[in-house]
Parts: sequence; C-alpha cells; structure tokens
Amino acid sequence: MNKEPGMTLIVKTVTRISVWLIILYGFYIIFHGHLTPGGGFGGGVIIALALLNVLLAYGKDFTRKWLNIKLLENFESSSITLFLIVGIIGMAVGGSFLFNFIDKGTLFNMLSSGTILPLNIIIGIKVAMSLFLVVLALAAYNFDKGDEQ
Amino acid sequence: MIVYLLCFILFLVGIYGILTKRDLIKIILSIGIMGYAANLMLILFAYRNNSIYPILSEGKAVSQMVDPLPQALVLTSIVIELGTTAMLVALALRLYEKYKTFDITKIRRLKG
Amino acid sequence: MIIPYFIIIPLLAAFLITLIAGEKDDWAIILSIIAVISLLILSLFSYITMHTETLSYYMSSWKIPVGIVLVQDALTSFMLVLVSIISLTSLIFSISYVRNLSGDWKYYSLFMLLVAGMNGVIITGDLFNLFVFVEISIFAAYALVAYGGKAEEFEASFKYAVMGSVSSTIVLLGIAVTYSATSTLTLAKIGEQLPSINSSIKLWIGGLFVAGFGLKAAAMPFHAWLPDAHSSAPAPISAMLSGILIKILGMYVLVRIFFNIFDAPQFFLNIFLIIGSISMIAGVFLAVGQWDFKRLLAYHSISQMGYIFLGFGLSTTLGILGGVFHLLNHALFKSLLFYNAGAVETVTGTRDLRKLGNLTRIIPTTSNTSMIASLAISGIPPFNGFFSKLIIIIAAIEANQPVYALIAVIGSILTLASFMKVQRYGFRSEKKADVNGKSIDWKMNFAMITLAVLCVATSLMIIPGIREIALDPVVDVLQNRTLYIQLVMGK
Repeated sequence: MNKEPGMTLIVKTVTRISVWLIILYGFYIIFHGHLTPGGGFGGGVIIALALLNVLLAYGKDFTRKWLNIKLLENFESSSITLFLIVGIIGMAVGGSFLFNFIDKGTLFNMLSSGTILPLNIIIGIKVAMSLFLVVLALAAYNFDKGDEQ
Repeated sequence: MIVYLLCFILFLVGIYGILTKRDLIKIILSIGIMGYAANLMLILFAYRNNSIYPILSEGKAVSQMVDPLPQALVLTSIVIELGTTAMLVALALRLYEKYKTFDITKIRRLKG
Repeated sequence: MIIPYFIIIPLLAAFLITLIAGEKDDWAIILSIIAVISLLILSLFSYITMHTETLSYYMSSWKIPVGIVLVQDALTSFMLVLVSIISLTSLIFSISYVRNLSGDWKYYSLFMLLVAGMNGVIITGDLFNLFVFVEISIFAAYALVAYGGKAEEFEASFKYAVMGSVSSTIVLLGIAVTYSATSTLTLAKIGEQLPSINSSIKLWIGGLFVAGFGLKAAAMPFHAWLPDAHSSAPAPISAMLSGILIKILGMYVLVRIFFNIFDAPQFFLNIFLIIGSISMIAGVFLAVGQWDFKRLLAYHSISQMGYIFLGFGLSTTLGILGGVFHLLNHALFKSLLFYNAGAVETVTGTRDLRKLGNLTRIIPTTSNTSMIASLAISGIPPFNGFFSKLIIIIAAIEANQPVYALIAVIGSILTLASFMKVQRYGFRSEKKADVNGKSIDWKMNFAMITLAVLCVATSLMIIPGIREIALDPVVDVLQNRTLYIQLVMGK
C-alpha cells in the first residue's frame, strides 16, 4: 500500500507538526540552563531527538535530502572551536582559561552568570549535532551486503 | 549499608554479563549495567537524609541541599558512557557486516 | 603561563582539521605537524627552564577546593617531552604510511585528540578531570585501532573497547569511593586528607585504582587485549599505543597516585613488584613463540612494562631512576621497532617472519635501525636499554630482592633470544623475500633514523653530569612524596 519509505501517514503528519515544538523546547532548556535543571547537554539531546524523529518517520533518504548534512558537520566542529575561542578570550582578559569575562548580572535573571549562557548554547549545538550524526551514521549501515572474508 | 551492597551487586551483575555472554549486543548492555552501577554509587554517596535537590532558587537554603558535585560527575560520566556505547555499537555493526554474526565464539580470527 | 596550551593546541588542531581540512588531506597534515612541533618546543622549553619548580594553574581562576588545577613539575615536563617526541615521529611516519589506507583527515583529527588526551592526563591535578582525559585519549585509540577497516581490526578494537570500558568503570567506582572518603577531587587535597581516613577504605581505593589503571597498563593478569589491539592498529598508531599510551594511562597515573598522593604504601608496592615480575617473564615467554612481527613486539611491550613496574615497585632512589629511565627508553626503541614493522609491511605486504628474508639489501635503513632497536631492547651496551635494565637490576640487588634481579636477568636473556629470531628470519636470512615494488620514502626513514639516534643518545643520560640535570629532578618528584601536596596546596 504505502510505497514510500518510512512510517504511515499518521506518524508523518504528527512528526511534521511536533518536530518544531520539540526543537523549541530544546532551545528553551538550553537557554535556561543556568537557572533551572538542564542546560547544554539536556537541550542538545532534545534537539537531536527531534531530528531523529524525522529520521524514524520519513526514513534516512528523505532526512539526508531535507537536512544539509555537510552544514551540520561544520556546525559540530565549529561549535567546539568556538568553545575553545571563548576559553582563550578568557585567558586574554582574566589570565586563566575559561575566565568568566562577561558581567555576571543579578541572580535569577535571564542574562546572568556571564559566559555560562554562550557556552551552554555552544554545547547544545555540539551535542545535538553529534548525537544526530552518530545515529545517522549508524543508520547508514546496509546489512544486506557485506563481504565474507 | 545495604544500598551500597545492592549497588555493588549490580556492578558484579555487569561483570558477570561481560564474562559469560556470547552475544555482542548483550556484552554492550552488560557494560551499560556496570556503568549505571558506578553512577548510582556516586549518587548514593552524595545523598543525605531529609535534604532537597541542589537547585538554587528563591527561598531555598543551600544548607539543606544534597551534594551537587557527584551529580555533575554523573552527568559527565553518562556522556562518556553514551560515547562508549555508540562506539561499541558501531564496532558491533561493522563486525556483523564482516562476519554475519553477533556470536563472539565465531568471531575469532585473532589468536595467540 | 604556558601550561593550558598543552591541551588547547592539540584540541584546537583536532577540530580545525575537521572544520577546514574537509577533503583536503594536505591541510590536515600541515596543521597537525605545526601543532605537534609547537608542543615539542613548548615542552622542551618547560623541561629545560623549570626543571625543579612546581607550577599550578587554576582553570577559570577558581582556587583549589572549587576549581580544576593543572600542575606542572619535573615529572610532568619529562612526560610531555616524551609524548611530543614520539607523536612527532609517528606523525612524520604516518604521512606516507597512512596514504595506503583511506580518508586521511579523520586520521589526523583522531591523532590530535589522542595527543590532547594524553597531555591532559599528564598535566591535570584533578582526579575526575584525569578520568575525562583518559576517556578522550582511549576513545581516539579505539577508533584509530579500527582505522584500517579490516575484520581483524574491528575485532581487536571491540576487544579493546570492552576492556577499556570495564577498566574505566572500575576507575569511576574508585573515584566515587575516594570522593565519599575525602569530599574532594583535587589530587593534592586528597593526599592531605588521606591520613585521616580509615585503612580499609584506603585498601578499597587502592585496589580499584590498581585494577582500573593496571588494565590500561596491560600488566600481566589484565593483558589480554594488548597483543590484539597493538598488532592490528596501523604501525604509527601501534607505536603511539605501545610507546606512550599504556605508559601514561597506566604507569604515569599509577605512579602519580600511589607515590605522590598515597605516600607509596608497602602493600601496593609489593603488588607492583609481583605483577611486574609476572609480566616480565610471562610476556617474554609468549613473545618468543610468535611469528607475527607486530604481535611479537606487542608481547614485548607487556614484558618491558614489567621492568618499569619492578623499578617503581622497589621504590628506592635507584629503582625509581631505573623505572623513569626505562620508561623513556622503552618508548623510544619500541616505537622504532613498530616503525620498522610498518616499513617491512609496506614493502613486503606481510608481517609473518617466516615469509621475510634478506631485507637488508632492499631496505637498508629499516634493517639497520631495527638492529639498533633490537640491541637496545635486549640490553646490549652501549645502547640505552642496557643502562636502564642495569640500574633496575642493581636496585633490586641493593634492596635485598635478588629473586627479582634474577627474574629481570632471565627476562633480558629471553628478550635477546626473541630479537635474534627477528633479525635472523626477518632481515638477515638467505631466503629471498617477496617485495611488491613499494619503497620506503625519506619521511619514513627520517622518523626511524631520528629514533635510532635518540636510542644511542639517551644512553648518555646516565653520565652523572647529565643525569643530575635530566633525570634527577624527575626522580626527586617521586622520591619526596608529600612535597607535591605541599607545593600544589601552596604552603
């Protein structure tokens, strides 16, 4: 019946609507990392799971077309480079690696805690991209072929 | 004391699984169990009776909280275990591709 | 402060390679060579200029009980120089060797991660930070062992990854027990708190760390993964793993924890002596029977690690000197032997000693450097291996442990026997070897000749004047045990 790859129409429709909500929730978790539980890792995992939802519902070929994988890979490696650059700026300003050089603000405000917020965003991007790309790479294996040595 | 002992038994269950199971996937799961036992141990060491979660918010006294450091350590070690598991699964898949089996007794090309 | 650059430079290189190198492998090679050369310059600079000082560096300017501290003393600088030398030669060797494989920029990225992890392990002064760096380097090692993409390599890598995960979990459990007993993770502060804790808990901590890091050092009861992993990896990676990875993740961490933090309890020193002597004998017995060149070398790694364990286990000044010196020497000649094996494999396509023959005429540099390395590892004067083994044997006799001295002598004789076999069948037999037309280019030769020269040159380190500058500060760090704690805590 359903000749297209992936799951049924119901799953695809629900995924189409929910994926953006899940990504939004992931960003919420990342941006409130310094105030509530969560942060870069948790939010990044949630974003990765949203993308994995697409992978499961639509199949790997559609996902590869929908997302620019090369761009995601560049995001992954540039985020960690940015992390190191923030650390080195801290070294230039305060004399030690990862020194908190942004004004810390008042407690419980959105813009408090200095460099922790930008670092959380960087880590969120890194975790989201790495987790998604790892699962995508694992999904790429084809079990029908394979050489018997 | 009994919780620590149970936790250690969980750790030994993991070791038992690694030593006796022949399926690659079951070995990976056993490694996961060992990791969880170690994480649980860290969390248990940080626990105090009648204390609250270590999240700073208005109206919560710091003195009532459990030790937050082991929780941060556990988060880090969970990330590391995620990486380990992904690595092992990828290797197991490639082994399946080459040998057409997950049985460790049939994957024995290296000897000596 | 140059301390954090030892971690920043290789990490930055690793991620810049993935970012800008893309498909262009030449950029990856240039970036990684620049990174490793700058690491070598920095480490040599710190080794020469501040050999008796101890510097600490506070990450994010957080002071000791809160933040992570990086510590640099003589032992640290010594190990950093060692890592830089071996990784530079290994990188130069890889440039032509790895082209035989596929997809090269990933290799260089993983290589830099391996270096970053090892530098981090050496330089950190925080127990959990150490664990994280151990994981970084060992992850890169799993991936690099499987890099060639053959079935055997995946098998070896899977074995290695399982054993590595088990050991990491044991170490994590040890860290949990340590934290529960001392409420701190800074190594120096743990050492300060340690006299006040109960001795059975100390036994638990020590036992878990010996098991965990002993697995990574491939000491004898835990050695099963090493021959597979080290013989299946690409040759420059075998050199990195056998030459420095097992020493840093295993030996350096054990020595740092047990000597500087735990004040070298006699019980654990006896364990060092016993596993050292078992590894020494059993490793060499297993090696003699091997016909696969790299597998033979891998078993010798176990055996030579036994000597280092023995030297540190004696814990006299002479014993520690022997251990440190042999650690350096073994890294040099074992890496050189693995490069020889890689060169032989490039030219003939096989590692089986029975299929090799008169290679001396075809690849004279490889053959001659392998002769130097074989003589050095078997302990023939005037090469460096002779002096370090002699020091360890004399130290064993001085410490009234003649049995261990005898075991060390027997191990050395058997090592000589097995390397005579390598030379006889591999390089200097009458039989004509099959060659596949590939040749060894100047980069491979450069890497081998550099290490061969160092094998001869480091034997000069035993001359009293040079020894006082080069090795004695390192020994002092381990000899004055609690001084480390006082210097790091700033008293």
